[in-house]
Amino acid sequence: MRIGIVCPYSWDVPGGVQFHVRDLAEHLIRLGHEVSVLAPADDETPLPPYVVSAGRAVPVRYNGSVARLNFGFLSAARVRRWLHDGAFDVIHIHEPGTPSVGLLACWAAQGPIVATFHTSNPRSRVMIAAYPILQPALEKISARIAVSEYARRTLVEHLGGDAVVIPNGVDVDFFARAEPREEWQGRTIGFIGRIDEPRKGLPVLMRALPGILAAVPDARLLVAGRGDEEEAVAELPAELRSRVEFLGMVSDEDKARLLRSVDLYVAPNTGGESFGIILVEAMSAGAPVLASDLDAFAQVLDQGEAGELFANEDAEALAAAAVRLLGDPARLAELRERGSRHVRRFDWSTVGADILAVYETVAAGAAAVATDERTGLRGRWGAARE
Amino acid sequence: MTTLIWIAAALVVIGVYLSWTAGRLDRLHARIDAARAALDAQLLRRASVAQELGTSGLLDPAASIVLYEAAHEARQAAEEQREVAESGLSQALRAVFDDEGQLEAVREAPGGEQTVTELTAAVRRVPMARRFHNDSVRAARAVRRHRVVRWFRLAGHAPFPMAFEMDDEPPAGFGDRSGGR
Repeated sequence: MRIGIVCPYSWDVPGGVQFHVRDLAEHLIRLGHEVSVLAPADDETPLPPYVVSAGRAVPVRYNGSVARLNFGFLSAARVRRWLHDGAFDVIHIHEPGTPSVGLLACWAAQGPIVATFHTSNPRSRVMIAAYPILQPALEKISARIAVSEYARRTLVEHLGGDAVVIPNGVDVDFFARAEPREEWQGRTIGFIGRIDEPRKGLPVLMRALPGILAAVPDARLLVAGRGDEEEAVAELPAELRSRVEFLGMVSDEDKARLLRSVDLYVAPNTGGESFGIILVEAMSAGAPVLASDLDAFAQVLDQGEAGELFANEDAEALAAAAVRLLGDPARLAELRERGSRHVRRFDWSTVGADILAVYETVAAGAAAVATDERTGLRGRWGAARE
Repeated sequence: MTTLIWIAAALVVIGVYLSWTAGRLDRLHARIDAARAALDAQLLRRASVAQELGTSGLLDPAASIVLYEAAHEARQAAEEQREVAESGLSQALRAVFDDEGQLEAVREAPGGEQTVTELTAAVRRVPMARRFHNDSVRAARAVRRHRVVRWFRLAGHAPFPMAFEMDDEPPAGFGDRSGGR
């Protein structure tokens, strides 16, 4: 199959959607498909051979944070050229609601279009105002994919219609085969995520830490992620600060090794998550998971079967659960085993097959993707005037 | 003079808008046709594999008859009985394959592995294709309900789109993926 994938966010900046697109493209290429990815990128950035740049992305305040997006005449022309040269059997647009190349591709293309909705933003004023503008573009999409049941519900509420649920993929074996590192072992609790983003929940974990250390004095917390380390431990009593180790930004290999090493992985995120790829990665590496009971997390953890849940933002509940788990090796072993079994359904082999099934379903009854030339419109308009 | 120009301009704008809306609706109808074709293909594929299984002798006689009967019904059903017949096939598949041992037994027979792969693929793709179809129906209906579309009869003679409603619940152990439905 000739597959075109559109990524709305800048390829130079790491992010969940970018990683998903990269892994999906590489998985499909390994299966022998012809894949081209269109993504915003600086012209100087070295790109993998399958990526086509849609031009430079500009930082814009959008939806509460600064996103690097790409729009304007030049980008629209590049999108058209990419569609025209690619002659794709199907195009797969990620986050089509974001004002970036995804939306431009939606405007410019006709034919089998698949779209994946990653985020599940609560209904915003922007969305309501933009609805009449978005609708004609979004209604061209032949198949919608939501990354979780939770994301699907919000999608149905906002835009109506329906979507199939296909979770994000993870290379399970990459994590399962990583070598544990000795200095990260021995009563360690792991946390991976932006330190300075309260949404990721490190403050909750910091409030719980004194309680955990009171019961398990030899426990250590390993934190991997960008942000101000001083500020993160500011609320912690000085004598406990030595029990927290900051590893900074870690590579993919080190992330896998960290997850292989820790006794317990804690995900105290307080909201705004639509999937929870990090939980899947932790389970792939065989780390027992303790996570806040967000809808998305509960679903990834099979309602608490594959990992434990605690009441969101409740530091005491987190501390109690962590202490109980660290003192119960049998339960930890059980969680490791269950997690490793449960996580197979998120492996790229399964997820990729599902996504291909969607491509084949929409491509079966339709012609190939083409640029929407609107000659019909001009022709009709001309005829109407004569 | 200016009034005339203004009226002409307004007419042009209205004309463009109507033409654009008609084009949009046309595209939506094309999308429904494609989705319906895809759904038909998946349903037919499912019925074929089920019928093949029913006549293969891999299953016990009772299960064979149930499956063959349901698959035959689904393939022969007239358009207005299609939804009921296809639901009947879903129920027959559940009756036969809810017991996971059955699937294993088929898999172990010579050539069984391939049949099971085909059947699971077809059973998983039917709900997918149906969702995409009904989603396109909803989108077209939303536009067709619009006042402008009704007043100017922009939908032409295209029939009012109908959703395809059926029971497509797969047998336990078939679509066993988190939130796969």
